[in-house]
Amino acid sequence: MAEMMAQGKQPEVLFWVGCSGSFDDRAKKITKAFVRILNRANISFAVLGTEESCTGDPAKRAGNEFLFQMQAMMNIEVMNAYDVKKIVTACPHCFNTIKNEYPELGGKYEVVHHTQFLKSLLDDGRLTIEGGQFKGKRITFHDPCYLGRANNVYEAPRDLIQKLDAELVEMKRSRANGLCCGAGGAQMFKDAEPGNKEVNIERTEDALETKPDIIAAGCPFCNTMMTDGVKNKEKEATVRVMDVAELIANANDL
Amino acid sequence: MSYLDNLLFALILLLGFGFFISNVKKLVRNIKLGKDINRNDNSSQRWKNMAMIALGQSKMVKRPIAGILHIIVYIGFVIINLELLEIIIDGLFGTHRVFAFMGGFYDVLIASFEILALLVIIAVIAFWIRRNAINLKRFISSDLKGWPKSDANYILYFEIVLMTLFLVMNAADYHLQHLSGGTAGYPIAGSFPVSQYVAVFFQEMATGSVILIERTAWWLHIVGILIFLNYLYFSKHLHILLAFPNTYFGDLHPKGQFDNLESVTNEVKLMMDPSADPFAAPANPDAVPSKFGASDVTDLNWVQLLNAYTCTECGRCSSSCPATQTGKKLSPRKIMMDTRDRLEEVGKNIDANKGTFVDDGKALLNNYITPEELWACTSCNACVEECPVSISPLSIIMDMRRYLVMEQSAAPMPLNAMMTNIENNGAPWQYNQMDRLNWKDEN
Repeated sequence: MAEMMAQGKQPEVLFWVGCSGSFDDRAKKITKAFVRILNRANISFAVLGTEESCTGDPAKRAGNEFLFQMQAMMNIEVMNAYDVKKIVTACPHCFNTIKNEYPELGGKYEVVHHTQFLKSLLDDGRLTIEGGQFKGKRITFHDPCYLGRANNVYEAPRDLIQKLDAELVEMKRSRANGLCCGAGGAQMFKDAEPGNKEVNIERTEDALETKPDIIAAGCPFCNTMMTDGVKNKEKEATVRVMDVAELIANANDL
Repeated sequence: MSYLDNLLFALILLLGFGFFISNVKKLVRNIKLGKDINRNDNSSQRWKNMAMIALGQSKMVKRPIAGILHIIVYIGFVIINLELLEIIIDGLFGTHRVFAFMGGFYDVLIASFEILALLVIIAVIAFWIRRNAINLKRFISSDLKGWPKSDANYILYFEIVLMTLFLVMNAADYHLQHLSGGTAGYPIAGSFPVSQYVAVFFQEMATGSVILIERTAWWLHIVGILIFLNYLYFSKHLHILLAFPNTYFGDLHPKGQFDNLESVTNEVKLMMDPSADPFAAPANPDAVPSKFGASDVTDLNWVQLLNAYTCTECGRCSSSCPATQTGKKLSPRKIMMDTRDRLEEVGKNIDANKGTFVDDGKALLNNYITPEELWACTSCNACVEECPVSISPLSIIMDMRRYLVMEQSAAPMPLNAMMTNIENNGAPWQYNQMDRLNWKDEN
């Protein structure tokens, strides 16, 4: 972003990478896949790079409103300085926080999830999707809570999957009834309370019931939880967990 | 004699409504113990929500069996209560079926009340079976042990008794109307598609006995309704009234949007203001510093307290909660029940101490809701999505977490580590801020 600013250019969209997308080895693959698609579609985009910092979502959900608002205000200062107008992110938690909780603190942007952004590129004819290796594959989509119930985005990721000529199969609990992967509300960063089962196992069972080739996710945390669940069920040889962006990038051999 | 009847009726009516009004006053006072929050914006959307969700029962049918049974009882309740107007006028003025002059329309009314009454009885029996025989998980879980389970069954018994009395009253009336030569005081009126089949039991009886049955059923029916009305305040059944304001005052924001605490915003802004004087005297030295989050019901806002009174303990929230389903202690329904129980306790404390609350050494946190429950929540909003009357257990959980973290520094260790990381290096994990862009050059 700083480089573009120095050249007097304003990107079409700021790609908010998020902590997972920046640091987590698995999530970095999603980041790279999404960037490959953006480049293929000739999108002028920027990232904040080292100027990006945690949105504060996990702190807020854990109850630390102070830390959240400090993070929020720092990020808002940076983005307002760059005159950011539109943000795309591959993380539903960043998406929700920036879209819904930043405006009141002075950060007003148009915020879209990467599946919505890709859908809009497709609709505008700036991106074409081919089925490629996913033609006829059974794909089930796991709704991230912070994309689905929290923000009512259910169709964009499904529309994209269907463009792959894949067979989209729904779990018994999907869309507004979708079951959480178990990572939200800062659970990702702690052990679960005592119980008789892990949430991600329960959810992975939902997914495996559909006999999928691929479990599609739209959230780096869901991705981790579902991947762990599939490993727990010893199905990693036959069932892959992939982000919607990875599906599209791979289908187009990017 | 007949005047005595009317006087007695007026007295019972006065007592019934009087006691009810005093309970409503108590209810309103307790709800107002909550903090202020503005829920008067966007009134057109709010009316729409109330019409759809409360009046239209739009969320009930998400679970079709319970939903349709509930709609039968709901319509029955609303429609049959039209009859109440006639009963009150008859009781006060000594008339009998005062609306009978409406003729054909009256026949239609009475006939529809009867069919609904029968359907209500069938639905209520189905409800009883679901609660007591089928062992549906959400009705046998531990948070319903004791009073909540009895309360639910009492309501069902009440409804069966009231509907039966209504039908018996009509059956006796029908019998008396159709005796050869008629019966004084029982002119032909109404159409009785259901109770005419009950009337066959009266065929062998003396006219006097049937009149006695008709009068007894009539009196018990109206007295029963008044008792039921006053039972509401002590029962989960308050939802029949509070569902309407509760859906009206529900949160209109996207479910993922949690409120930003204004008190924190002020502090953070001050902290980040380079021109702020760190040694400045506080503007108001006597002001009590604001408390962050909630440890007791008085720290919650009035909508959250209204939520607690509205909850009818159906358990859809808990049956969809990922934590409850995987055997964790957290149950969103219990959060609402605990909030109400504690609020009632605080209210009684105020009543006993002449209008002021005297510290009882208890609080919602720990005495009712444990941190273990609060930390099991994934904030997935399934409970909020499920609730048929727009209750948000999640908002209470979040406010209590805020208290635990910001007032008590009592977060679980791994969360403290996560928060330290965010503070130190801008990510929940221990990575260097300067490594954020490394992915760009990796394969």
